[in-house]
Amino acid sequence: MEQFLQQIASGLANGAIYACVALALVMIYVSTDHINFAQGELAMFSTYISWQLMSWGAEFWVAFAAAVVFSFVMGVVIERVILRPLHNAPVLSIVVVFIGLLAICNSMAGAIWSYLIKEYPSPFPKSSFGIAGVIGPHQLGVVLVTLIVLGLLFVFFRYTPLGLAMRAAAQNPQMARLVGVRVDWMLALGWGLAASVGAVAGCMVAHIVYLDPNMMGGILLYAFASALVGGIGNPGGAVLGGFIVGVLENMVAYAGNQIEKITGVYIIGNGEKLTVALIIVIFVLTVKPAGLFGRVVVKRV
Amino acid sequence: MAALLEVKALKAFYGQTQSLYDVGFAIEAGGITTLLGANGAGKTTTLRAICNMVRTEGSVRFDGKDINGMPTEEIVRLRIAHVPEGRGTFTTLTVDENLRIAAYTRKDKQGVRDELERVFSYFPRLKERMQQQAGTLSGGEQQMLAIARALMLKPRLMLLDEPSFGLAPLIVVEIFRILRLINKEEGVSILLVEQNAALALDLADTAYVLETGRVVMWGPSSVVKNDENVRKSYLGY
Amino acid sequence: MPAFPKKWLWVLLALAFLVPLLQPVLPDVVSNYRLFLVSTMIIAAIAVLGLNLLTGFNGQISLGHSAFYAVGAYTAAILMDKLDMPYYATLPIAAVMCFIVGYLFGLPALKLEGHYLALATFALALSVPQILKYKWLEDLTGGVQGIVLSKPEVPFGLPLNEDQWLYYYCLVVMVLLYWAAANILNSRSGRAMMAIRDQYMAADTMGIDTALYKTVTFGISAAYTGVAGALSASAIAFVAPDSFNFFLSIKFLIGLVVGGVGSLAGSVVGGIFYVLVDNSAQALSTFVKNDLGLPFDLSAYTVFGVILIVLMYLMPMGIVGGVYYLVRSMRSPGAKAREQALKQRASG
Repeated sequence: MEQFLQQIASGLANGAIYACVALALVMIYVSTDHINFAQGELAMFSTYISWQLMSWGAEFWVAFAAAVVFSFVMGVVIERVILRPLHNAPVLSIVVVFIGLLAICNSMAGAIWSYLIKEYPSPFPKSSFGIAGVIGPHQLGVVLVTLIVLGLLFVFFRYTPLGLAMRAAAQNPQMARLVGVRVDWMLALGWGLAASVGAVAGCMVAHIVYLDPNMMGGILLYAFASALVGGIGNPGGAVLGGFIVGVLENMVAYAGNQIEKITGVYIIGNGEKLTVALIIVIFVLTVKPAGLFGRVVVKRV
Repeated sequence: MAALLEVKALKAFYGQTQSLYDVGFAIEAGGITTLLGANGAGKTTTLRAICNMVRTEGSVRFDGKDINGMPTEEIVRLRIAHVPEGRGTFTTLTVDENLRIAAYTRKDKQGVRDELERVFSYFPRLKERMQQQAGTLSGGEQQMLAIARALMLKPRLMLLDEPSFGLAPLIVVEIFRILRLINKEEGVSILLVEQNAALALDLADTAYVLETGRVVMWGPSSVVKNDENVRKSYLGY
Repeated sequence: MPAFPKKWLWVLLALAFLVPLLQPVLPDVVSNYRLFLVSTMIIAAIAVLGLNLLTGFNGQISLGHSAFYAVGAYTAAILMDKLDMPYYATLPIAAVMCFIVGYLFGLPALKLEGHYLALATFALALSVPQILKYKWLEDLTGGVQGIVLSKPEVPFGLPLNEDQWLYYYCLVVMVLLYWAAANILNSRSGRAMMAIRDQYMAADTMGIDTALYKTVTFGISAAYTGVAGALSASAIAFVAPDSFNFFLSIKFLIGLVVGGVGSLAGSVVGGIFYVLVDNSAQALSTFVKNDLGLPFDLSAYTVFGVILIVLMYLMPMGIVGGVYYLVRSMRSPGAKAREQALKQRASG
């Protein structure tokens, strides 16, 4: 029973990471109709920045804040400089640009910091923080940080004028202009925020999966699955989808381990995580593309 | 008295297609002007051209200032409110949020609160539906919301694109009554595009008739109303 | 996109067949290493051709062609390793295998478009290395260590060495596949494919069985790239899961956009291009380090990424498209004036 609870807790911790990245993906999708394939690599790059600062002596939370600010600026710059000129371009061009960003971030990280796996510290105190036997201090910390970030974002979008302006700009850019909203800057801001959320996820997960340029690949795939499960246009759904997928992923691996223990037959385990994500993605896209909470877009002829 | 809005030799293009060829008119401060014409004459395009939502050539001056080529949101910040075709309400935002977003550019908090009260006095129904999603309102209520939202911008000029579209006659009469009130009490100048020529000529003091992207006649609405061609083409008798 | 001028094609083809025979005369120019390199370029060209059929000519975005390449490579490898099949016999089987896989993937893909399809194929590409390492398939696939193969033997005692033979083998396959693709595209089917890309709803309402065309095109495209994979298994004489990761799809994408989306000749140019850059990465890196004084290595993928982005602004039609427009702009002023007049008459 205890092991089962551990798996749930660990699933929630993973799910928190997926929820963050999924939220970043949905934020960009809602305002621009684009899927940011480079989200994972951007987050990874920011995490490396924080590692570099820490290796120069900075405190964890200082380096963390710096990474978040860095990714915010990077997001705004990418939107204004690289994506804005292409806003009428065909889908293929946009996808290609995202893949280009992915390639650059990944290879530059490898070039600057090498592909050797690095250890990444956890800011959460080892001893008294967790719930012994159920959830470790870092995992609990990850869930808490995620909930705080999500809470802040919720308050921002719901209750501040700027958040309202961004929502309006995402929903109906033309009309938003007609009430005086500077839509172009709203989009850039949205990108900056999304990139920041991704950086938070990167800094939180690096302790678990170890820091290396390819660390976000699988996480990105799971984040896609989460966003799809929740409904790609729905931020709340993305978050919920993240937690669901996180727990599901762990449950499947756990079930596989148990089956192997009991019958000696290996069906599925940690080595198949990406395959499971692929199956979820294909399944949702074919069976219920709107996800749990999304709306199906009907195309008008 | 210098005109509030002066349009001269306006041309407009949708991509490569030209829609307006030579449109010119002037709106005095405090006046109500209407643009009449058949479908495709260019009435909606003219409103869009004023707000730079389509590619234009020619001269558009607001309060003496050349606004041709300014980004739409900057034109709006000069206090020109455009209520587009189809209302343009933010359907997933609440009534309250729709009104607040219009106040986004305003710094005077007290002024905004006063404005809200005034808006509710014109449209009491909106006050009841504050927390309702705008998309769930009836057509008439959405039109009222669109106009209320325009008022929140504290505009000097309001552009209205076919406010009567798809609405029941009684509601339309009510809305036009409120428009007249807004013009008198708030001093908001109105440029009205309407297919319902009779109502429009009733409300407006000046009328322009557009045909295939050009102004073909204009004058005080009492004169235009009695013109034989206008009566035959747009008033039906 | 205009068809490649026929005259040049024959000249190039003749050169392609004759030059390697000059090895005894020019051993340094026509070296074995160079022959091997050009063979990999030919294989790359076939792979990009496959991708272009689906994305360039049929409008379905795929980031997952590394998966089909892997299926082709592993099919060939397993047939050669476990069943001792001769290398040339593996090609048709790999083609059929990949057609089936591509067709099956094309079925759910019918519901997906643009970003969503890119997403699904992205997911596919990311998970392929893991699938190849799956425990139950290890007996077949050799797991993480992969499968070691032998290079194709020179048949009939021909006076060629292994690298020359490999080159001709790949060249002949490519010429056949190119010819087949050109014929498909020139036929009614080809026009239907392109109609689906350009105006999907119109094509649908016109009576084109869009579902059939889309899934079959997926299959054919996968088959082409799969054959490239099968060839590469022989060429490199080794297959291992981690060489078929998402970065391979990035290379195909480079080939697609650099060469020209919707251009057959462009696919060949694109394939040659990405192999060139990939192989020059080391030299580039040294140049960057020593001559530019930057404190880190420059990976090929950084160059790829920058090229991908820059091309979308400057030359979205790729090299072939760009050259076409360059040549056109260099025509005589008289020809240009005539074209202007025609344009004005048409739109006035």
